[in-house]
Amino acid sequence: MTLTVVGLSHHVANVDLRERVTLDLDAAAALARAAGDAVCLSTCNRTELYVAGGDESEVTALLEGVAGESLEGVLYTLHGEAAALHLFRVAAGLDSLVPGEGEILGQVRAAFEAVSAGPLLDRVFRQALTVGKRVRAETAIGESPASVSSAAAALVAQVFGDLTGRPVLLIGAGRMGELAAGNLASRGARIAYVANRTLSAGRQLADRFGGSAIALADVPAHLGEVDVVISSTGSADRVLRAADVPARRGRPLFFVDIAVPRDLDPAIASLDGCFLYDIDDLEAVVAETLAGRRAEATRAEQLVAEEATRFRSWQASLEVVPAIASLRARAEEIRQGELAKAEPRLSERERQALDSVTTQILNKLLHLPTVRMKEAAVTADGAVYADAVRHLFGLEDDR
Amino acid sequence: MVEALFWPALLGYGEAAIAYASLRTARAGTWGVRLGWLAQSALLAVQADRADGFPWASWSGSLNLFVWFVVGFYLIWGCRPRFRLLGLAVMPVAFVLLVAARLGGGTGLAHAAGKAPPYGNLFLVLHVGFVLAAFAGFTVAAGLAGLYLWEERRLKQRSADILRLRLPPLDSLERLARRTIAVSLPLLTLGLAAGIVRMRRDGDGLDALEVLTLGAWALYGSFVLARPTGRRAAYLALGGFALVALARLALAGSHFA
Repeated sequence: MTLTVVGLSHHVANVDLRERVTLDLDAAAALARAAGDAVCLSTCNRTELYVAGGDESEVTALLEGVAGESLEGVLYTLHGEAAALHLFRVAAGLDSLVPGEGEILGQVRAAFEAVSAGPLLDRVFRQALTVGKRVRAETAIGESPASVSSAAAALVAQVFGDLTGRPVLLIGAGRMGELAAGNLASRGARIAYVANRTLSAGRQLADRFGGSAIALADVPAHLGEVDVVISSTGSADRVLRAADVPARRGRPLFFVDIAVPRDLDPAIASLDGCFLYDIDDLEAVVAETLAGRRAEATRAEQLVAEEATRFRSWQASLEVVPAIASLRARAEEIRQGELAKAEPRLSERERQALDSVTTQILNKLLHLPTVRMKEAAVTADGAVYADAVRHLFGLEDDR
Repeated sequence: MVEALFWPALLGYGEAAIAYASLRTARAGTWGVRLGWLAQSALLAVQADRADGFPWASWSGSLNLFVWFVVGFYLIWGCRPRFRLLGLAVMPVAFVLLVAARLGGGTGLAHAAGKAPPYGNLFLVLHVGFVLAAFAGFTVAAGLAGLYLWEERRLKQRSADILRLRLPPLDSLERLARRTIAVSLPLLTLGLAAGIVRMRRDGDGLDALEVLTLGAWALYGSFVLARPTGRRAAYLALGGFALVALARLALAGSHFA
């Protein structure tokens, strides 16, 4: 039985097409069931069907049915070890738009757990999950932020460590500020205040985060109560000047200015205990961390290759397993037959002793051939050995 | 026997000092610290077993014990990946000081099996043991303070690689330095108290090392009481360490004589 993957991803399909074939977990599981023994991985960047021994054209037809058009020239198809290697790279985040992104591992797990996979898919997906975990544990590929908002949150954590309960003041109710605030909130920070020119819009956002809405003019008065300030208004003038920032007495205050033109006075950066990052600083940090991710990707590829080799060994061993099983079954059959012939002449005690001795002889005799065949399976000789065993012991009928 | 234990300890510390320089080899550095420290622990145990009295009363012997305390303090949390740069600061120092201890004969049995020192074992254990343990704590706290200042400067300057070469958060560095000093100060107080009791009994006066050590004690005492934060705390920790280093390295000869 061969593993096959048929699918499309951000490498070959534009967002319009990807949108049309993106399925939620239930729909993906239904598609997988329609394909037989299969797993369907569908995210915003890829939709792929992993099939054990299925018909490639049927799988293609299923995906084209979802897309509502021919996918010729867009779909890729991989078989056997190449398909496994592809899955391992996907699970490790190496095939992602942002190398090393961590979300994909959870998506692979969810897709796998949504169906009852057969032995081949069970093995290859479990191994893919292991690869994904290894890559994250043994390389630093997933440690660095890949977006401006996550970089801002990571920088804040670099000052305060644990962000649980840290009060944040958000200036402006824009999308970027909301994203950065959401990122901090996901790390446990508390969005205490939202200051906005239009109080109603500020209140709306504040309600979402469980904070309070304040007027822009009240920002200086609340700076003493917060540890982090995120600003992203559309104002053409400075929203906060260095002179408005009160002395902190050793308590750090972190400013993130993601507005263009900038909201915050650059002189704030020189105040004792104050840290100020604007959009250029954040983008430079992201560019640097992405470079780091690419460097780590080389190490991750090595880990993936190791696992692919392990998968190849396992799959090769499958070729000799039926021959080994047949050999053992034939030997056991002969042993039982001879025992049955001798049984009338033996006492119960003698029969038990003979049963034990012949079992041990059989196990010892078959141990080395079994080990050697499994070893040969790792190389290309597995099938030759299996055929030889079948021929020598007359096991051809057991195929 | 001591030779067979000294060299693994030195090699372990040396390997760690080099391995901590790269993220890829940092894990091997951690093992170098662990194995080196175990070897040095065994070395100290053999020295203690073979000696008639307290085996680290000499300057070089006390240096050996001091290195063991420093690495021991570092081992409490220093093997976490983010603290590898602290290891890069601590382990080369440990390596060099262990070599110095060796050159002075402090890692062998010669001092240990030599003539008994003029002080009782209990006094030496209390005085030398506590003072050295405290000094080791202050050394590690200074390493943490140095890392704090470096990290704070990088954040202030908005270095693009700030998240690539990632140190522990400023908050953690400050908290750990404060805790280390808070634990070390009582040890120094006990060690000094033992020394002062002995000095008064013998009618001796204060030497330069004792004056410096009392200065360090006063400085760290004010640190614990005033609870400074941020850069000020880091500078104070480094200032205290300057006194400790001077006492430990420059003036120690006369005191041990």
